[in-house]
Amino acid sequence: MLRIVVAALASLTMSAAMAGAATTVPDTLAQRMQPCTACHGKEGRPTQLGFFPRIAGKPAGYLYNQLDNFRSGRRAYPTMTYFVEQMSDDYLHEIADYFASLDLPYAPPQTTDAPRDEIARGEALVRHGDAAHGIPACAQCHGAAMTGVLPAIPGLLGLPRGYLVEQFGAWRTGQRKALAPDCMARVATILTPEDITAVATWLSAQPVSLPPARADTLARPLPLDCGSVPR
Amino acid sequence: MSAARSRWRAAVLLVALVLLVGAALVAWLNVRGEEALTGDAASFVATPEQVARGGYLAGAGNCAACHTDRGGAAFAGGKGLATPFGTVYASNLTPDAKTGLGGWSAAQFWRAMHNGRSADGHLLYPAFPYPNFTEITRADSDALFAWLRSQVPVTQVNRPHALRFPYNLQASLAVWRALFFSPGVYEPQVERSVQWNRGAYLVRSLGHCAACHSPRNAFGATRDSLELSGGLIPLQNWYAPSLASSAEAGVADWSARDVSDLLKTGFTPRGAALGPMAEVVFRSTQHLTDPDIGAMTDFLKSLPQTPEHRAAPAVLDKAIRGHGESLYKDNCAACHGAEGEGGAGPQGIVYVPLAGNRKVLLETPANFIHIVVNGGFPPTTAGNPRPYGMPPFGPSLKDEEIAVLATYIRNAWGNAAPSVSALDVLNAR
Repeated sequence: MLRIVVAALASLTMSAAMAGAATTVPDTLAQRMQPCTACHGKEGRPTQLGFFPRIAGKPAGYLYNQLDNFRSGRRAYPTMTYFVEQMSDDYLHEIADYFASLDLPYAPPQTTDAPRDEIARGEALVRHGDAAHGIPACAQCHGAAMTGVLPAIPGLLGLPRGYLVEQFGAWRTGQRKALAPDCMARVATILTPEDITAVATWLSAQPVSLPPARADTLARPLPLDCGSVPR
Repeated sequence: MSAARSRWRAAVLLVALVLLVGAALVAWLNVRGEEALTGDAASFVATPEQVARGGYLAGAGNCAACHTDRGGAAFAGGKGLATPFGTVYASNLTPDAKTGLGGWSAAQFWRAMHNGRSADGHLLYPAFPYPNFTEITRADSDALFAWLRSQVPVTQVNRPHALRFPYNLQASLAVWRALFFSPGVYEPQVERSVQWNRGAYLVRSLGHCAACHSPRNAFGATRDSLELSGGLIPLQNWYAPSLASSAEAGVADWSARDVSDLLKTGFTPRGAALGPMAEVVFRSTQHLTDPDIGAMTDFLKSLPQTPEHRAAPAVLDKAIRGHGESLYKDNCAACHGAEGEGGAGPQGIVYVPLAGNRKVLLETPANFIHIVVNGGFPPTTAGNPRPYGMPPFGPSLKDEEIAVLATYIRNAWGNAAPSVSALDVLNAR
């Protein structure tokens, strides 16, 4: 018994000494999520340069779905998979809520020197779609201001053009999936490569109006069934 | 002429005889120790206790790590394990009659676990770690079988392995088994405690720790499955450190509390479980009972430790040391402390100290580089539900910078270890 007490005291003293000597760090989720900033930027808000998407202020339901998609193999990006594969649902929800709660000023949009008719085609598709080709407008689901709709539809502004184009490519090749029915995979197969370029060019060149419109005011039914959006 | 012809004929006969005897020997070595198959799928009736115990054992053996594919149905197989010989795909363990174990008898399941042969008689590849599982008891095998049979059947046809010639041939596998596999039984060591023997059984057989923590020869066989002296995990940039060396991952001089914390929570101030070990903790060891964790700790602490071998540390000139120090200040010090002393929140150490850190000092720098390049989170566990993470520095630092930084950390604050080159970093990326 005495030996156990002595050993326990010694181990307590040792951990106290180790803790005492260590530098102090905050007990916050922001501190815990330092790894995310390497790509998504400080506080989840990257600059207009580069490939990685903004995650700050996106709807929590959308962010959780994506974390789960990486964990379950519906989306493929080695670093994301590596980070989330040994995480509990509870922690993923907490992480999603944290980044969703950040309300930060957006970086200025990317500039574009694309031809005017390409930009016009992009804007028309985003706002009105193309009924003749069965293409719904982005605004029908992502909101008139394209800033997303709670709880699970992401905003489309403030994202790099390269990221947007690659997502369409990934949907078309099956590299990116969502819970069935996978509405965006369907949209991606209807759009031509030129349509995708035009939409990405226009979206990435728009400034983000604050505060983002987030309440669910969408006209129902949605043009497509989406497994990741609660009905 | 006829004398020459008869000599030739004798030589051919002799060669044929040698081949035949060799083949017979290989065949015999492949089926030695097998028990007669008795009973069929229908004759096995599981007790509720068996089912419950089997579920626990499936966690202890981490069956899901290979037999549940990412995003796939539980235990329906299909996940690929990349080996130097090609990819081996895990099989469907659900009780589906056509594509899973639905038609298997308990005796056939035992033969797979103990002898490495499938129900239809074909030889199984040792990516399925039967060289370790061979030592589990028949009672535990039956409990596992009972639990697997209680799962939801999933129809999913097994994916054929994608192995290169000649590794794809059953004959090659038979020769491999003749050379490197013999069925075994765990023999309790009577001079040791019941607890120690339980720990040894879990580590050596069901836990198959040696599958990663032992070195492998050119044919992929673990060289001394009992020694646990460390091994590079094939085709991954992770080195499973020696459990028999206090310079690597040996725990002889650790407190039992630290060992159980690592296995239960995935984190101790001495080091966090990252990479493949994070998965082991997440899926397997965190779910083990305290007595079983205590037993494993008892066994692991008793492993004979090889004398420390320290390779010559790097000699850093002033410029390199200065460059390393400034990289450290800019990228690492905020969490790990100005002197590598680690970072603490109100709950204690959350960022491990780098001064005296064995993972940092391992002669093989693979793990250290991997962590600097890719970062990572320890697993979420009941004891550490909201882990702090390490950012990846691969995107922001060049190979040369990571090499200088790693070499500096390995030789600062009393640390002393060989240098890391830009090529080491490139190889580990």
